Amino acid sequence: MKILGLLSLLATHLSANSVNIEENAGQFFSSGHTNNWAVLVCTSRFWFNYRHVANTLSVYRSVKRLGIPDSHIVLMLADDMACNHRNPKPATVFSHKNMELNVYGDDVEVDYRGYEVTVENFLRVLTGRLPPSTPRSKRLLSDDRSNILIYLTGHGGNGFLKFQDSEEISNVELADAFQQMWQKRRYNELLFIIDTCQGASMYERFYSPNLMALASSQVGEDSLSHQPDLAIGVHLMDRYTFYLLEFLEDIHPASKSNMNDLFKVCPKSQCVSTPGHRTDLFLRDPGSALITDFFGSVRKVEITMETVNLTDPIEQVEQNFVNEDLQKESYSYVDQLPVSEIIHQTLAGEDAPGSIVAVGGNGLVMPPVFHFYFTVTRHDVATRQEEPD
Amino acid sequence: VVGVPLWWKTTETYRAWLPVSQINELSNLQVCSCFLLLVICVYIIYLSLHTLSECPCGSLVVYVIPESSSLLPQDVDVYIGQRRTALLRIGGQIRVGKTLDLLLAHLEPRIKQVLQVMSFSHTDITAALSDRVRLSPGNKESIADSMRTFKSSPGYEITFSLLNPDPKSHRLHWDIEGAVQTYIQPLLTKLASVANFSIDSQTLYYAMLGVNPRFDSSLGAYTLSPDSLAHMINPVEARLGSNAASSNPVLNFLLYVPDAQHSPLHIHDSKKQEVPTNAFHSPRWGGIMVYNVDGFYGPEAVFPVDLNINMAKVMGVFLAQLRLLLGVQSPNAPSGFLVAPCSRTGLADWELDRLMWSRSVENVATATTTITSLAQLLDQIGNIVINDNIAEQVSSAVTSLQLAVAELEAGNLRFALQYSKEAILASERAFFDPSLLHLLYFPDDQKFAIYIPLFLPMCVPILLSLLKIVSDARQKRREKQAKKD
Repeated sequence: MKILGLLSLLATHLSANSVNIEENAGQFFSSGHTNNWAVLVCTSRFWFNYRHVANTLSVYRSVKRLGIPDSHIVLMLADDMACNHRNPKPATVFSHKNMELNVYGDDVEVDYRGYEVTVENFLRVLTGRLPPSTPRSKRLLSDDRSNILIYLTGHGGNGFLKFQDSEEISNVELADAFQQMWQKRRYNELLFIIDTCQGASMYERFYSPNLMALASSQVGEDSLSHQPDLAIGVHLMDRYTFYLLEFLEDIHPASKSNMNDLFKVCPKSQCVSTPGHRTDLFLRDPGSALITDFFGSVRKVEITMETVNLTDPIEQVEQNFVNEDLQKESYSYVDQLPVSEIIHQTLAGEDAPGSIVAVGGNGLVMPPVFHFYFTVTRHDVATRQEEPD
Repeated sequence: VVGVPLWWKTTETYRAWLPVSQINELSNLQVCSCFLLLVICVYIIYLSLHTLSECPCGSLVVYVIPESSSLLPQDVDVYIGQRRTALLRIGGQIRVGKTLDLLLAHLEPRIKQVLQVMSFSHTDITAALSDRVRLSPGNKESIADSMRTFKSSPGYEITFSLLNPDPKSHRLHWDIEGAVQTYIQPLLTKLASVANFSIDSQTLYYAMLGVNPRFDSSLGAYTLSPDSLAHMINPVEARLGSNAASSNPVLNFLLYVPDAQHSPLHIHDSKKQEVPTNAFHSPRWGGIMVYNVDGFYGPEAVFPVDLNINMAKVMGVFLAQLRLLLGVQSPNAPSGFLVAPCSRTGLADWELDRLMWSRSVENVATATTTITSLAQLLDQIGNIVINDNIAEQVSSAVTSLQLAVAELEAGNLRFALQYSKEAILASERAFFDPSLLHLLYFPDDQKFAIYIPLFLPMCVPILLSLLKIVSDARQKRREKQAKKD
């Protein structure tokens, strides 16, 4: 009897395994993405907005922990918290009272910091219209099989989000930017999370396919902060992001939780505001979208079955020697202009104001402005020599 | 009178002229209609073989041989060669007396099968356009194919990395320069018309796997199951560098030599069978191969051991992965077909033709969509400034697209690819021009809010004086009328 029982257990286990493999293969095709990107933006600066930076850095930490590398994360922060004069613990940003967790750490890679966090730069990153000199780390190099997570936090209102106290981005601009991304197929699916007051107004105007949006509060409601820390003196995190992070701490790269669990994060009893979400533009069922589809970076892999039969021996690379012979030419520096002689020569004689003096080893022609500067300094030198103090 | 035109002129935005009608024409072009010109020369050989002539790009030669011929092995009916040739064995019931039409009609299904393998088919078209045309999840193989291959790009960067987690035990030597020159460079030279490739290599020490392999005592080796493979890439990727100067897609090929404690390490597939290549690849990323060195030294060796890596074996696997990732792989041939093994360059001529054709189609489709959506965008948002250089790029993109389509219709693959690449470059430059970002979104209430404080104080006295003039004129007319009466 026991043997029968064991055998039946084995049989079900085997069939379950085969079902799992089928399911895994199904997962390969259901999400349709091959890489993940994240754009995390904190739109506030100044010390009293500590919590927004802590929000963004906490999401950054979670996203890195779940597998997205720094090269695929565009982090935009004002970055004036850790080294702020008012920070009692310099070089740290804490996200929990009792200073349990330093989210700043030593491997934070901020791509846009300080005054570079502007509406224009944000839209340029999203649409890809960056000047050609922009380095790779500041670009969103996504393709049509990328899932992108966009997280915005800061101060907002009905239909707008304030960037660094000087400008704002409206929900129409954001919707247009996403439409341009869709036209150029810069994303496969996009998850948009916003943690500001009246955040739901920011996703009202979206009209591009494959977008899912979450907000921390409805129109007319304020998102509240979680807890102040008496030692640091400011509020450390916002409620929605705090409970979002608690939820994400339970997610590991192989977990199968889906988006419906994410929608349940932070109910009204905990958050005081009513979080909202929008899934009508998302083509798949949210229940089939995994959390790790957006927050993590689970790679699809295939076993390589073929190999090419190579039989030629390796050619020795002989060109190195030829190059070394060619490089035996000797080089020497061009004669430098003797700058000090020129300066001291004109000190002796009278020089017409407004004349152009050519000085410098690299042949700079100095305009009269610099000439004026040199006359001033020379005068100082002259007086100093006459009247030592 | 003066103010209104002056205000209009100074607040209008500069918009250079765009060839909108031509763009609309392009977008209506049927993709499938232009492309299938393929010159197939069918030679029917009964007695002797001609010298095989060199086939120009974009054409195929099919040699039909009698059933009794000994050129092919017994069970093989079709042989697909390296240089755009195929050998097709006739069925037994054809006699010499039959007419040519009947002969061709008999051969047609076999030739269709050959074309399915060697040439462009419907699935290739949908794969090339996969970002515009999402397939319903019926055909999983083609979805996987389209997800695996890199999108068409003017350049690619290939990085070879040697991961040595245990430098205290293994001192590894690999002749990467020679191997790249001998094995990889011929393929890339042949693909030079398709894209530019730049290669670099590096060695990473103390780079660990993210997963713990399980020891299988029956095999005496450590094993990696297919589920754990997916988590191997992320911890390593953070440490791989990339060439920060260009935005080209990067293909990473990693060679992992397990540390002495975890050797030998084998990858098992889902059926718990050992994978002969001991390698796996990730779509649109690259490949990883595990190279076991425990066989090269005995337990009494003095550490660190000097080891030379067999680059031919390694490059064989990497070359196969490279072919898959670039989209060179052909579909599975039906039974009775014998495909010639890869030549020294790793790429058959007809595979190159297929790649060039699918890249041209993809480029033409992408450039058309880019230009069309740019025109729509500029039309919708009337406030964006269109500079002259953007208009120039758009015009040159449209011209290149028209030329590319014409060349594809004529069957000249090389020129078609070249024009399509020019079209893509011009259209991308126009779409992604940094000056197009002035999304001057002014909602109407903000417009009123700006203009009312400016114009209302001015308008009030003007309106009042106009009213006064009108009432004065009316009074004068009334007085005149009264005088007349």
